Amino acid sequence: MSTGFESADIDHGAASSPDMSEQPPRSGGRGRLGATGLARITSAGEVIGLYVLCIVAALLLSALIVQLTGGDSLAVLSALLDGSIRGPGRIGETLGVMAPLLIVALGAIISNRAGLVNIGQEGQLFIGAAFATYVGTKMGGPGPLVIFALLVASVIGGALWAGIAAALKYRRNVPEVLTTLLLVTVAAQLSGYGLKHQWLLLAPPEGRANRQQISKQLDPDTRIPMVTMFGNQFPISVFLALGAAALVAFVLARTVLGFRLRALGHNQRTAQRAGVAASRYGAGALLLGGGFAGLAGGVMLAGGDFGNYTLVPGFSAEIGWTGLLVALVGRQRVSATIVVAFIFASLRTGSGFVAATGVERRIADVVQGLVVLALLIPPALLFLRQRRRAMAARESRT
Amino acid sequence: MGALLSALADVLTSEAAYINAFTFAVFLAFGATGEWVAERSGTLNISIEAMFLAGAFAAAIGYNSSQSEAVALFCGMFAGFSVALVQAEMSHRLAANQFVVGLTLNILVLGLASFLASELDPVTKKSSSMPIPLLSDIPLIGAALFDRSWLFYLIYPLVPFVWWLVYRTRWGLELRAVGENPQSADVSGLDVNKRRRQSIYIVGLTSGMGGTYLVLAAVGQFADSIVGGRGFIALIAVIFGGWTLRGTLAGCILFGAVLSFRLSLPALGYDVNGDLLASLPFVVTIVAMSVFAKRVRPPQALAQPFIRGLK
Repeated sequence: MSTGFESADIDHGAASSPDMSEQPPRSGGRGRLGATGLARITSAGEVIGLYVLCIVAALLLSALIVQLTGGDSLAVLSALLDGSIRGPGRIGETLGVMAPLLIVALGAIISNRAGLVNIGQEGQLFIGAAFATYVGTKMGGPGPLVIFALLVASVIGGALWAGIAAALKYRRNVPEVLTTLLLVTVAAQLSGYGLKHQWLLLAPPEGRANRQQISKQLDPDTRIPMVTMFGNQFPISVFLALGAAALVAFVLARTVLGFRLRALGHNQRTAQRAGVAASRYGAGALLLGGGFAGLAGGVMLAGGDFGNYTLVPGFSAEIGWTGLLVALVGRQRVSATIVVAFIFASLRTGSGFVAATGVERRIADVVQGLVVLALLIPPALLFLRQRRRAMAARESRT
Repeated sequence: MGALLSALADVLTSEAAYINAFTFAVFLAFGATGEWVAERSGTLNISIEAMFLAGAFAAAIGYNSSQSEAVALFCGMFAGFSVALVQAEMSHRLAANQFVVGLTLNILVLGLASFLASELDPVTKKSSSMPIPLLSDIPLIGAALFDRSWLFYLIYPLVPFVWWLVYRTRWGLELRAVGENPQSADVSGLDVNKRRRQSIYIVGLTSGMGGTYLVLAAVGQFADSIVGGRGFIALIAVIFGGWTLRGTLAGCILFGAVLSFRLSLPALGYDVNGDLLASLPFVVTIVAMSVFAKRVRPPQALAQPFIRGLK
């Protein structure tokens, strides 16, 4: 590569260093530690109050929309709760939806922590699911082996799709925000193409309606096994997701690799000076993010909560977009992300019960959107206030 | 290959193909001109999808209750502006992540529009065309460009106006400065986030016009899938155009043509794969970005939030 490329590369990295996570700096700097420390203690109750206020406002607004259109908001709320946690066996359904959301979010956390803006999880997930379908329906052999192979294939598929963005970023200096976004639609179209051709993904003609775009159903022994706990049935991929969450939290916080990724995210120029190759670790972070999104696709396919063990157009069901939202709403922290993933999964499973109240089920999307907007406000307000105080403190010293 | 060429030749000599292509192209252009302004100011506004849909829905409601296309246009622009207001205030005043806000708005508005549409069920009818004498008699492209609803003609003054705004006013100069180097702009006394908010308001207004045009002039009836991801195509038209207004419009026409090929090629008796054709705009844009990466430079602060005091 020419030197011109390298300088452009460094330049771009320096410009992109305010990372996506918007995390406030961990400590306020030594000089004003006393003042900010005090402010932080007094604001603990305030923080919770702000969150509660915003969420209540969002819920009231949703209730108002339901009431104004002639629905019964309490009935809708009760249906949402019944469908997600209260009804018999519904927690299992919710956990089944939570697993892919959490896996996508973990990948998003990895790439965002490294300072990269990967917003193409929806596409990476779809490609992962398509790869998994191909392996799962074409490969024969003992069931557990096929499950393992199809999950590996889904990881490879997702990573390949993110790899296109990584290659373009580090070879041709094309911003990954744009490529990952553009590749979302291409992924859906490509899978749609595969679903029209039998040598790729389409099911054989017997057993499906003419012109129907659907893949062959996974054989029963190649599906992710279900477990039943306390009357709730869910695929064991839930444990896979939780285990992956623990692993990601550990790697990011306690290992050299995690430290390097975070260093890259905080300031690429400094990280490069300290020997962290932006192209290697950045590309690695993108590939990992894509791999996780792809794995989510594989888990969705073989876990059975989506599409009944078949691949269909629109299979990704916005899990990729929602998973990205989960990571960002959870403010890039693994523990918070698990909680947020469960809440978002509850809204999704709960919405299935809303139709019985005579209100259109899309109201769940409205509630989710309003709640997300509400969740964004408190940290933003607090962050801005902290900045303002830090600036004031700096000015008063000079 | 030969079949493809003859298909292309057939399309290029068919008047209907031009009409279809420009129907989509102008819809994209309404949003893309606004989006271009926003991207020049350094904000990647992905809620354009929500703005289109809000505009289309509000226009349908407005027309349903007043039977007036002007009222519908006002409602559409107002709805687009409302979405822009949320996007701008959240991402460039509160400094929340612009992608989170954009994604959320896309989900929220889609949910809201399909929820309310099932409750209210607006009825609209297609706007009648007003041919411009002489110009509409031009062979091939005359009917496509000059035999349209008045909503279509709004694009003709809009594009030069936006060009003038960005390249010939002080406001536009400041806007471009904010998109290239917000730190310097801030030091010279510009309110970076205010300029970005204003640029998002512009996307809201033009996308609201686009949504109105879509529901009243292009389709004729509201459905919640009416926009169906085409907001993203308007967004990538800006990227394809290398962040110039001319290129953006060229992108809109090209992508409009591709979108309409899906309809017109099968009608002319050719068997094409719709999926691959539909992904063409995206693939072409990615290839164009990587091939011209050295020559085309995005606004240097594109998609980077500005918070004073933080590098």
